[in-house]
Amino acid sequence: MKISRLLKTIFMIDFVTGLLIAIKETFKAKKTINYPFEKGSLGTRSRGEHALRRYPNGEERCIACKLCEAVCPAQAITIESKERDDGSRKTVRYDIDMLKCIYCGLCEESCPVDAIVQGPNFEFATESREELYYTKEKLLENGDRWENILAANIKADSSHR
Amino acid sequence: MDSYFSILFTEVYKILFLLVPVLVSVAMIVWLDRRVWAFVQKRRGPNVVGPFGLFQSLADALKYIFKEIIIPASSNKLVFVLAPVVTMTLALISWAVIPFGEDFVLADINVGILYLFAVSSLGVYGIIMGGWASNSKYPFLGAIRSAAQMVSYEVSIGVIIINVLLCVGSLNLSDIVVAQQNLWFVIPLFPMFVIFFISALAETNRPPFDLPEAEAELVAGYQTEYSGMMYAMFWLGEYANILLMCAMGSILFLGGWLSPIDIFPFNAIPGPFWLIFKILFLFILFALVKATVPRYRYDQLMKLGWKIFLPFSLFYVVLTSSFLLYFDLLPGK
Repeated sequence: MKISRLLKTIFMIDFVTGLLIAIKETFKAKKTINYPFEKGSLGTRSRGEHALRRYPNGEERCIACKLCEAVCPAQAITIESKERDDGSRKTVRYDIDMLKCIYCGLCEESCPVDAIVQGPNFEFATESREELYYTKEKLLENGDRWENILAANIKADSSHR
Repeated sequence: MDSYFSILFTEVYKILFLLVPVLVSVAMIVWLDRRVWAFVQKRRGPNVVGPFGLFQSLADALKYIFKEIIIPASSNKLVFVLAPVVTMTLALISWAVIPFGEDFVLADINVGILYLFAVSSLGVYGIIMGGWASNSKYPFLGAIRSAAQMVSYEVSIGVIIINVLLCVGSLNLSDIVVAQQNLWFVIPLFPMFVIFFISALAETNRPPFDLPEAEAELVAGYQTEYSGMMYAMFWLGEYANILLMCAMGSILFLGGWLSPIDIFPFNAIPGPFWLIFKILFLFILFALVKATVPRYRYDQLMKLGWKIFLPFSLFYVVLTSSFLLYFDLLPGK
């Protein structure tokens, strides 16, 4: 027993076996995806970049109730509201500091009109910090850009809410 | 005066002709290392920048160049700046004596192997300086570990080299290669080759002996306080050293620029290519070992170096010399 173990150590049997396994594994199919060229699937509830949605007629959904501002644990959202000429309350300022945001999804949960949502986009890296301070324009633009996917996601998820 | 300048310029050209390929291959070897590592783990590794991601290291280098160099306020600034320079210089000057082919060597000095050995011993200084000048705990502990480790394994490498020298009878690296014309030393001295390989892993702080940089214990060891290009220089020096160890292994044991068999399709390939193939082969082994073997504990490392490798290689020196003496094979006779 002891001799065999000694021989095993001297001839580095375990090491050589491991090396051979490593060489064998090298030629097997890769388990990871080729990321920038192919992407993994995302769930309907994935929490990525924020977006402010509109109604189909182009009207902003947000009613400036400020529930998201209140619930935001990172205090990343800043809202200022004003009464519009037609008497409806709308936001004049809706900022999200994406550097403060922790992507918890509570803003989306709290929104009574499905205005602020987190979309499937997670590739919004920028070259400066300033660019990550999202204003209302940017958020609305995001909403317009991702509307199809956002609407589909909310619909798919509605039965679970 | 004219002749002085002409000599100077030819030498500078020669040095550039050597150093630029070495630096480029260091960049490629970093890519190869990451790629092999990834392949063993069934990942893809860097494959975006350039064909197969070959230019990844150049992109990394560019990033390092544009990063800020932070010099800690409490550090010894001169030594702190000098350390990466020393590491990289020492890693590069050893290439002067590596023969790539017959008469294809920058400095064909008669004590080539001693020169290599001396320079690689000096390499410890870069690390000690970096660790000490940082004036911080982790670099200091990393530097101590690294120094102890490199010194210990240098001893066994020295004894292994004696084995080879006994068979050659010369310290000149070209002579060492020529002496392997009929039989590569890897066959009669196979145990020594294995020990040399493992010692080279320890000498260059590669896994499984990467204790100086054991991130779980020491953050990044002696490199912790370094950033930007200074960090990149440590890194370049490290990989140049690894490459050098591979070159040394192929010259001492795998017959340097010689082709495996002296028949037509093999001996038509020029010598430098054979050396490069051998270096690559050894380096891929280095990379595979990195991907497979877990890190040694510090006492195990020291035990392996002093209690197993050193006595065994000393015993092998006695064995080799008695064999050579008994069968009257001593060189120079």
